[in-house]
Amino acid sequence: MKTQNNRAWLFVLPVLLLVAFNALIPIMTVVNYSVQETFGNNQFFWQGLDWFQQLLRSDRFHAALGRQFLFTGMILAIEVPLGIIIALSMPKKGIWVPVCLVLMALPMLIPWNVVGAMWNIFTLPDIGLLGYFMNHTLGISYDMTQNPIAAWMTVITMDVWHWTSLVVLLCYAGLVSIPDAYYQAARIDGASAWKVFRYIQLPKMKTVLTIAVLLRFMDSFNIYTEPFVLTGGGPGNSTTLLSIDLVKIALGQFDLGPAAAMSLIYFAITLLVSWLFYTLMTRDDNR
Amino acid sequence: MQKRHLIPLVYILFLLLPIYWLVAMSFKTTNEILSGFSLFPQTFTWENYATIFTDPTWYWGYINSIIYVSLNTVISVAVALPAAYAFSRYRFLGDKHLFFWLLTNRMAPAAVFALPFFQLYQAVGLFDTHLAVALAHCLFNIPLAVWILEGFMGGVPKELDETAYVDGYSFPRFFVTIFLPTIKAGVGVTAFFCFMFSWVELLLAKTLTAVAAKPIAATMTKTASSAGYELGLLAAAGTLTIIPGAIVIYFVRNYIAKGFALGRV
Repeated sequence: MKTQNNRAWLFVLPVLLLVAFNALIPIMTVVNYSVQETFGNNQFFWQGLDWFQQLLRSDRFHAALGRQFLFTGMILAIEVPLGIIIALSMPKKGIWVPVCLVLMALPMLIPWNVVGAMWNIFTLPDIGLLGYFMNHTLGISYDMTQNPIAAWMTVITMDVWHWTSLVVLLCYAGLVSIPDAYYQAARIDGASAWKVFRYIQLPKMKTVLTIAVLLRFMDSFNIYTEPFVLTGGGPGNSTTLLSIDLVKIALGQFDLGPAAAMSLIYFAITLLVSWLFYTLMTRDDNR
Repeated sequence: MQKRHLIPLVYILFLLLPIYWLVAMSFKTTNEILSGFSLFPQTFTWENYATIFTDPTWYWGYINSIIYVSLNTVISVAVALPAAYAFSRYRFLGDKHLFFWLLTNRMAPAAVFALPFFQLYQAVGLFDTHLAVALAHCLFNIPLAVWILEGFMGGVPKELDETAYVDGYSFPRFFVTIFLPTIKAGVGVTAFFCFMFSWVELLLAKTLTAVAAKPIAATMTKTASSAGYELGLLAAAGTLTIIPGAIVIYFVRNYIAKGFALGRV
């Protein structure tokens, strides 16, 4: 049981100040821009909620948002089950376990633009390993700078390569915490592999799985650098996800008002979905 | 070997293939790369690495990155320790809201903050310094650090604190000599994660720097566009960015999984 102590605020104060400096001032800047129009020279004109109304009716925004949800949905649908399967088939102990874990964690420690550049080199049609294999060994025409479907498959594969290990490591941590006695009891009862998974392993993995889904949702929804370096949002606009579109508007065209309005709506969507996960996660703790 | 162990094996092969290709490219000459496909480097060369280690614009990129990443790790862990202790041991006014608010900053798309960050750090005169990037990365690293440390601290029974007070320890002495050694694995893992997320981030690091503190990742994107796509050089620079991660991961190998579970297994 925790004790009530309001002086604990003093302990939290440094964190609060640092994060507030980084979060509150920029977010207020964004709010400020989102209701104004500027023609440069630091002149601003009150615009009200026009940018928000325009944005919510704009086809460009709907398309980017749609692509973003499609991307995040596919990422979750592939990485979560795949991660669980790999974690379940990992050995529980032995000298190979740390080797496996380190190798699996490696992609996550590579700077994001290097990940993009690496996959670019890997998939070049005539001199990349994957590109050469597809075009010349299998004879399937594959060029992600020309074909939107190839571009999508490459971006998805890259993210699976980059982040599935997160799900694996989390699930594995949950699995090794299950005492052997549980499995022995299941064997005595003659439980099938499916039942062991459904009634022993899955419930034990529930907390870590929620964290995995939450982290994968947040990060895939905010993804920018890797697809930007890999495809630049192309061909055409086919892989222009929300962040890429936002940076194009804000830093490319310098349309501060629309970019700010888009930032706020973007952030609000991330917050809303994450809050849903968070309440689901902590609901069980409080019971 | 059991049949099901093939699954992780195939997965690891899949993970290593693009990395192999990057490393292989880094040992090829530009001529060989452009002349066609070869599975192994035909004319093995160290030239790409030599260029990086002799050209200051290249190697300073690495030094800059390491400086701001280390700075960020120290700041994040130092301020997160007392905060995580407060969240794990006490109830106080608004604690749950505060905890969630901290987490919301981990959810903020970096793209949203790029422009306002640029203006903010220019206004306070920190633009193009290592400190600017280190502070900016605190936005997502401090919440993460608080979260992981709180998880690890939650696993330490409260009786430890109480016994120490009964024995006459003052709070600072208890915290440094008893509590910190107890959760040192947690501190190590937290430092690792701060290092990792600061090391891999590019968008903010690039936005907040121009020349003096430019990260290696930004040097790479410049080279890719200006110098007519020198793939070998780019691959060598990329290979070198993998090494720091591979080194730090070795030290926390037994705790990685627990760290990713944010100390909650």
